[in-house]
Amino acid sequence: MPETERQLLEVTNLSSSFDTEKGELVAVDDVDFKVDRGKTLGIVGESGCGKSVSALSIIRLLPQPMGNVRSGEVWFDGRDLQKIDRDAMHDIRGNDIGMIFQEPMTALNPVHTIGRQLTEAVLLHQKVSPEAALQQSVEMLRHVRIPAPEIRVGEYPHQLSGGMRQRVMIAMALINKPKLLIADEPTTALDVTVQAQILALMDDLQKEMGMAIILITHDLGVIAENCDDVVVMYGGRVVEQASAEELFANPLHAYTKGLLKSIPRLDRERKTLLPTIPGNVPPLDEMPSGCRFSTRSEVEHDEASIQNRPPFREVKPGHWVETCPFCYEA
Amino acid sequence: MKPLLTVENLKMHFPVKGGVFLRPVGACKAVDGVSLTVHEGETVGLVGESGCGKSTLAKAAARLLDPTEGKVTFDGRDITHLGRRSLDPVRREMQMIFQDPAESLNPRHSVRDIIEEPLIVQKRGTRAERGKRVAELLERVGLNESAGERYPFEFSGGQRQRIGIARALALNPKLILCDEPVSALDVSVQSQVLNLLMELQRDFGLAYLFIAHDLAVVKHVSDRVAIMYLGKVMELADADAIYQNPRHAYTKALISAIPIADPSSKPTRDLLEGDVPSPINPPPGCAFGHRMKHPEWEKSVGMDLSLKEVAPGHWVQPCPCCTDL
Repeated sequence: MPETERQLLEVTNLSSSFDTEKGELVAVDDVDFKVDRGKTLGIVGESGCGKSVSALSIIRLLPQPMGNVRSGEVWFDGRDLQKIDRDAMHDIRGNDIGMIFQEPMTALNPVHTIGRQLTEAVLLHQKVSPEAALQQSVEMLRHVRIPAPEIRVGEYPHQLSGGMRQRVMIAMALINKPKLLIADEPTTALDVTVQAQILALMDDLQKEMGMAIILITHDLGVIAENCDDVVVMYGGRVVEQASAEELFANPLHAYTKGLLKSIPRLDRERKTLLPTIPGNVPPLDEMPSGCRFSTRSEVEHDEASIQNRPPFREVKPGHWVETCPFCYEA
Repeated sequence: MKPLLTVENLKMHFPVKGGVFLRPVGACKAVDGVSLTVHEGETVGLVGESGCGKSTLAKAAARLLDPTEGKVTFDGRDITHLGRRSLDPVRREMQMIFQDPAESLNPRHSVRDIIEEPLIVQKRGTRAERGKRVAELLERVGLNESAGERYPFEFSGGQRQRIGIARALALNPKLILCDEPVSALDVSVQSQVLNLLMELQRDFGLAYLFIAHDLAVVKHVSDRVAIMYLGKVMELADADAIYQNPRHAYTKALISAIPIADPSSKPTRDLLEGDVPSPINPPPGCAFGHRMKHPEWEKSVGMDLSLKEVAPGHWVQPCPCCTDL
């Protein structure tokens, strides 16, 4: 069992797959990462890189029956979440681990009031009266800075704006004071000014309540501003992992470097051609078994690196890279 | 530079119906008095949050909607009231590309059919000539000629956007209205599509009205930028000027909200309160001052809020609450 004093979550050798018409597709392929208590881990990558599937695997919410965790251990607060039974998992979900998703309108139930959806979470996990649960819900809505929470608890999701709905989602995820919050693209559907509000709110709540956060996003700006540590995923694998400062100052893998260069920045000269990563992310069933970035790298890979998975190594203290000889220079 | 597309005091109001008999009970003022010019070969960026009317403005300018009020001039010709037939030659010169290429490409048509369709509609060339043109366009946007025989679902998002661009290019337009063309794409693919659009502009002298909510993207591709809020333009200036010296509080708020991809800079930002209000029955005066509950807001009610030129080419809505004017 890993150390639990500092670490809240440790994921080792996690692999998840989907049964499809094309056969079994491995969406997450032998992934390791850790989350420290009270810290924020960012998982960044493009669509299909396995960042959401990793999160769903942790909380055992992969779509059934197609999705399976093939192997791996998920140590959370001293317990392996892959080994415990369903009832124990129910107790953890929504209680010790809260979740928020990209699109609050589809995650909230349109036919129930905000109050009913919030109290449901309380009543499932705490032994309190419905009145006390409602009181807690109002308090939590106030906590996420929703104006007039006494009135809002009686309203339905469609009566709220997108930013307010995401606040309700956060309230719901945090109402039982979880130790870990998993936020999957929490601001992608929101406008920039509202995104800034929500991220600032999450930061404040983390300081007050001390929970750890896994923040999944494709936006490197959001990662840079909000995360302590970062995991970069590509094609279902982690290609690089480091602290946020280290990763942005010293990207080592060709994919991370390419990603960082290709984002338009305000300080770049206008109308100049942007550096790009050539090609597209190949579909999962066409991914090479070796270095997955080999199909897009500007450097020609040899047969060995296309066939054999490069080792994932700690090249500097705390800085891990997939050491493909063509994507990483020692 | 010659003006290519000019909209003057354009208004696009949609009736809001309510009650048992669905009588009009109000108006959704999606675009409420916008004036804007796109010159030949120029890119004008249009930025704003969802619901600010930027897409509606583009659709009204392309005459896909009939404007409630105002005037649209394209290439020296008033097109505000042209009928469908007389719009045909205008459509040749003014094309659109959309945010979600998966939804704007017919899934039952092959890529060849999709790109050939505008040529057929406009009765261009023989079958063989059209085939040649399609192959040429595919190559120009960076796709294989064999892509023509395939269907949209076989392509990734970035490739589908290339197909949409090829279709828009088919008739050699002068202007392309780009409605969030890269918002649905991954970062690494987004830069490829932006580069393609910039190259095409250079090679064919295209003008773009470039709509997006990502300010960094807009700044990169645009010559001038207009900032929209609740159906009105708040500020319009050269792209560099608007980012270096924003004059309107809303522009400042938008710029300060952009997350910076550099962990060593921890920007302090003034967070906005509240959300974008609904364009149905918007507040009088300066809508942004109203959202900010600015003490000076009341002064803007009843004021002439038409844009004022504060520096050469730099126009700002001169409300007392959001500017120092």
